[in-house]
Amino acid sequence: MDGIHDLGGMGGFGPIEVERDEPVFHEPWERLAFALNILGITAIGAYNADEYRHAVERMDPAHYLAASYYERVLTGAATLLVEKRIVTHHELESGAGGLFPLAQPVAENPTADLKPQTQARFKVGDRVVVRNVFPAGHTRAPRYVRGKRGVVLHIAPAFSFPDGSAHGLSARSEHTYHVEFPARELWADSAGNDESVVVDLWDSYLEAR
Amino acid sequence: MSNPRRSQPPAPPEARANALAELLDEKRLIPAGFLDAVATNAEHEWSPRNGARVVARAWVDPEYRKRLLADATTACAELGYAGPQGEYMVALEDTPALHNVIVCTQCSCTAWPVLGLPPDWYKSPEYRARVVREPRRVLHEMGLDLPKSVSIRVWDTTAETRYMVLPLRPAGTEDWSEEQLAETVTREAMIGIALVSVVTSRE
Repeated sequence: MDGIHDLGGMGGFGPIEVERDEPVFHEPWERLAFALNILGITAIGAYNADEYRHAVERMDPAHYLAASYYERVLTGAATLLVEKRIVTHHELESGAGGLFPLAQPVAENPTADLKPQTQARFKVGDRVVVRNVFPAGHTRAPRYVRGKRGVVLHIAPAFSFPDGSAHGLSARSEHTYHVEFPARELWADSAGNDESVVVDLWDSYLEAR
Repeated sequence: MSNPRRSQPPAPPEARANALAELLDEKRLIPAGFLDAVATNAEHEWSPRNGARVVARAWVDPEYRKRLLADATTACAELGYAGPQGEYMVALEDTPALHNVIVCTQCSCTAWPVLGLPPDWYKSPEYRARVVREPRRVLHEMGLDLPKSVSIRVWDTTAETRYMVLPLRPAGTEDWSEEQLAETVTREAMIGIALVSVVTSRE
């Protein structure tokens, strides 16, 4: 999904503010939100990490950008616990004493047609191009690399394919590759010659070139 | 689903978090002690001090350095650092000609066992949007001016690999102990927005 979460390369953002001696959590509710999400994934087992990431991605873009990190965690967890019928939205708003915004629903046809790749098709040094597909659901190929040409630096082990596991599809694992893209391939002449970006991409996101 | 652009503002996040916790508790879905144990782990077990010890060991022990660069997951486990978000770790070696920087543009993935939960700046839209597009400028703004001769490689944590940077050992620390060296290594250096710097006795 080309959502607000897919921020790489987007313009208009200002300086990065670094807080000195930042605590792990700023408020007790942040600590609680973090732990509730881990509870949802592990002890309750209501959803997996890919479903969680996608729930956060489905937040209204204005809410996403205005929310702090742990408000996004809370919204993602609460959205899934409502969708999985563990709690109801009405119960949440009664308990909170006000509105409890949740994320938008999952798209009707969330996945792109990407053929499963059970064997590693590429090796270190291979020249690859990222498939130019636009799934409506969860994907981990950021939009800034689609259609772009890179070179394989490293082969990582096979991991669960997120485009499927975020949508309850049957288990599928594929190798991922650390693919290096020269900055000029991504951003043309606005980028430096001596810069590159490495993106970790599942096998079926890629084609040989 | 409610739309946050409705005229009425949402309940404060604290009230929302408490409401969800109370509901799950009423439904008896929270094992005793679970929430506090998870959060306490995040606050104390997953820490950049762990990563700092890995870096210091790699600086003083060439064989450990080789193992770390070949298989960081196993090398970190040797020192007792493993766990969630550390299932497959890769260490990125800085050299005098190459500087590494880590980001997660789509969420905020981080190697928890060695870096801890990420700081707010790492999770900010500003860092996530900009560092892949204009890394040299972002590093400059954050106080790191790299010579023109140094290339920059930005690593976007888009899959299951979790990265840590192995920074350059600062000059003038040849006779420092591993423990002294570990004290100098910051989370910022292991993400790549800073170098490790020291004040040596000669300065």
